[in-house]
Amino acid sequence: MGVPGVEAAERTEPDGDGFVGRALKRKEDPRLITGRAAYVDDMTLPRMLYAAIVRSPEAHARIVSIDTTAAREHPGAEAVFTGEDLTDLAAPCPMVWAPPGVEVRVPDHWPLARDKVGYVGQAVAVVLGKDKYGVVDAAEQVIVEYEPLPVVVDPEKALEEGAPIVHDEFGTNQVFEWSLSGGDVEGAFKDADVVIERRIVNHRTAGAAIEPRSMLAEWRHGKLTLWSSTQIPHICRVILSIQMGLDEHNIRVVAPEVGGGFGSKLQVYGEEVLACWCARKLGRPVKWTATRSEEMAGTHHGRDQIDYVRIGAKRDGTVTGIHTKIIQDCGAYHLIEGPVIPTFSACVMSGCYKFDAIQTDIIGVFTNKFTTDAIRGAGRPEGTHMIELTMDELAGELDMDPLELRRKNFIDEFPNERPHGFIYDSGNYHGTLDLCVEKLDLEAFRREQAELRERGVYRGVGFSTYVEICGLGPSRALGPEGWGMQGGYFESAHVRVHPTGSVTVYTGTSPHGQGHETGFSQIVADRLGVTPEVIDIISGDTHTGPFGKNTYGSRSLAVGGEAIARAAEKVQDKAKRIVAHQLEAAPEDIELVEGRYQVRGSPDKAMTLGQVAGEAYIPADLPEGMEAGLDETCFYDPSNFVWPFGAHACISEVDVETGRVDIVRYVAVDDCGPAINPLLVDGQIHGGIVHGVGQALYEQVVYDDDGQLVTGTFVDYALPSAADVPTFETDRTETPSPTNTLGVKGVGEAATIACSPAVVGSVLDALRPLGVTELNMPLTPMRVWQAIQEAQGRGSGPGETEQGRRLDEHGGGAAGSGPTAPSEGGAS
Amino acid sequence: MSASVRVQITVNGERHESDVEPRLLLVHYLRDMLGLHGTHVGCDTSNCGACTVHLNGEAVKSCTVLAVQADGAEVTTIEGHGEEGALHPLQEAFWEHHGLQCGYCTPGMIMAAADLLARNPDPTESEIREALAGNLCRCTGYQNIVKAVQAAAGQMRGAQQAERAQEEVTV
Repeated sequence: MGVPGVEAAERTEPDGDGFVGRALKRKEDPRLITGRAAYVDDMTLPRMLYAAIVRSPEAHARIVSIDTTAAREHPGAEAVFTGEDLTDLAAPCPMVWAPPGVEVRVPDHWPLARDKVGYVGQAVAVVLGKDKYGVVDAAEQVIVEYEPLPVVVDPEKALEEGAPIVHDEFGTNQVFEWSLSGGDVEGAFKDADVVIERRIVNHRTAGAAIEPRSMLAEWRHGKLTLWSSTQIPHICRVILSIQMGLDEHNIRVVAPEVGGGFGSKLQVYGEEVLACWCARKLGRPVKWTATRSEEMAGTHHGRDQIDYVRIGAKRDGTVTGIHTKIIQDCGAYHLIEGPVIPTFSACVMSGCYKFDAIQTDIIGVFTNKFTTDAIRGAGRPEGTHMIELTMDELAGELDMDPLELRRKNFIDEFPNERPHGFIYDSGNYHGTLDLCVEKLDLEAFRREQAELRERGVYRGVGFSTYVEICGLGPSRALGPEGWGMQGGYFESAHVRVHPTGSVTVYTGTSPHGQGHETGFSQIVADRLGVTPEVIDIISGDTHTGPFGKNTYGSRSLAVGGEAIARAAEKVQDKAKRIVAHQLEAAPEDIELVEGRYQVRGSPDKAMTLGQVAGEAYIPADLPEGMEAGLDETCFYDPSNFVWPFGAHACISEVDVETGRVDIVRYVAVDDCGPAINPLLVDGQIHGGIVHGVGQALYEQVVYDDDGQLVTGTFVDYALPSAADVPTFETDRTETPSPTNTLGVKGVGEAATIACSPAVVGSVLDALRPLGVTELNMPLTPMRVWQAIQEAQGRGSGPGETEQGRRLDEHGGGAAGSGPTAPSEGGAS
Repeated sequence: MSASVRVQITVNGERHESDVEPRLLLVHYLRDMLGLHGTHVGCDTSNCGACTVHLNGEAVKSCTVLAVQADGAEVTTIEGHGEEGALHPLQEAFWEHHGLQCGYCTPGMIMAAADLLARNPDPTESEIREALAGNLCRCTGYQNIVKAVQAAAGQMRGAQQAERAQEEVTV
């Protein structure tokens, strides 16, 4: 599981005042702020057809018949296809996690349903037509007769004897069962003076990128091109090759401007294959763009775990061990890697702490809901949430300050091997927490809190100290013989200096808002001695640059950026050899200083990159045996993961009359190693916090007992708006990672991983005087108010949803309670 | 499909006469008939605001306005708000303060912010946050958007003062 024999990489820092570390404005922005960028839905092709998809209104049913007659006759339709037409697909939608020695049940999952549907929104038929509106009219004429089957939506009930079975062929709803452990867990609980147990529901959420998914497929003379709003164009091409039965060189996948991902576009969806299949079948370009309702129903969800945590400690606060059982709701079918997600919870179950015994048992479950897969943080927010809330609870039980308990158990020696096999690369957990507490001025807040309570105002503070595993990742740990992912996790880069000295960089990463063009240009500029303006970064097109592994898991900088840095170093080395030859010096005597390749000690003897490129491309006088050109490639496979960390604190105020929670202050101190561009780092932290606040307070994907999706639009699925969050106070420490030469870690998911326990902890702290000790997210006014009533021994009203379930039960809740954000869903 | 209706709409200063289906949404008129792709569709329920444009000078969500309702009106989209080399102060400020990441909500966010500043040239932070509550962004956490709007407001007030001073001098 772990990475034995991790080698430290030597830091390479360019000479002089470089561009790395500067808060440069983004190169991406001019096209975006003027409305001139091209997302997939902005594209059209001659003779293009629009696709409209007919989806199941039933959560579990046999398809008795599909009558497409009226749809075919409709003037809006050029063609109609059902699952029966797609039988020439070479393979169903693949799932790439096959851990050695563990059975993972993978049902056939086709782009259009065959015989049976397993969730509301499953695609049943596709209609194609020339007019965007007309094709929807035609799709409404498709008549599908269903024979409803019993539905199961609660994963714990799905495991009970006699529960409806989602896939008959398995005879069980269990997807898999596996464990990750290390140390003497049994002994740890025997040695413990105190044992705390908690059941924590980490509810289902949506990625909710503002750009709905969109794809445009073109088939021309045996060649397929797909433009898709995807995070993973290279991986998509491999999978299209498998499903379409085409050689990879005949497939081009392009991710143009992509409007946010958050994991929801780390996927190869049935619609992508469907658009390609239709384009090939009809010989015409085909475009499909999701409506928001299709997004909510058919773009993978995240989280949806029920966690049973048990933690043991000595009286002095030393934690002896932690044992967790995770029940993961996988939904009805898998997409690319859904079942592996709770493994990432298991990875972080040591938190920032010297836990010597750790065991995490994971059970995946089929239900009649849509697929869960990676959403920002992917398993790590769930793990952090349970550890941090349990540490607070343990502190209460031990009558200890929760920060003192954390500090007592903090890891302070690095690298640090954890009992479940991971090696933390570097850290300074006391440093980030101390800075966070200082910025917050905890003592002043405690005084203010006491004064306010006397006036009936309930404010509380919550803390979260986290460590994240990211920078995916070392192929030998993640790959077929390790965790069982069927792929490598290197990243590629190709740095090409043009004959006049400007530079094009091809990266295997594929951004959707992160600012790669800016940050990567800064890295290359310093290594080649040019300005970022003369560097272009190309990504997201399988017809340019080498095969890459794309963007997710906070890997783009720590793996992709490192690959770029190494490729640029190779270019620099060659440039130095050319300069040495030209200036009659030894290559090791050439130094790069402020854009000049000069001879050490004789700075007047120097060449610029443009001059070097001239020599390289007019190879009249190159060193003996040297090839022409200035063009280098790197495939970098990291030796370890990287482990960002930090401390977040939230102060919230609870209106005890209404249950409404307002965030008053939020302080975040994060450490992702040296910042390449602090502006971009702060932006990722801000967005990550609000993603976490969304889950903690407002957002929830809700299915009712019949498997109907209740939160099918942004009216019901409440994203936080600007009015719902305060200005955050952020700071950083910079502890370099020894894993790569840049010293960098990841930052895209960090704040989301950190956030939710700080918010929930703050509300629990506020309500402690009222006797509230447990709350499950999202902390909607109704749920908070009911918790107060129950703690006070008062009746809490009906306490059940219209579907007859308790509000704090899995999957219940927001249904019927209307928009949950204070800004009432944000409509103006 | 019902019979089409002739509409005359001035978009970014240019007059267009088009035959449209009565059910055609303004956002699709702008995107599909005029090729103005800077106005985006994010939610279909007027929650996200990615489709915000100005209709006769006021911000509207163009996914909830029919093209026929804009007959005879003036529409401004992000493309008419400024371009590279001649950016609007809000565009400059979004760039300067990293007020965008994926950029998908940005045109609508800028149009909504412009509407606010037209009504309130010196908004407080909470006035900005309230005014933008109908425009959702999943990337930025809003912090730098708020900062950008504050900066643009200051810049625009400064420019207006300078203009007034110039007028006084001229008078």
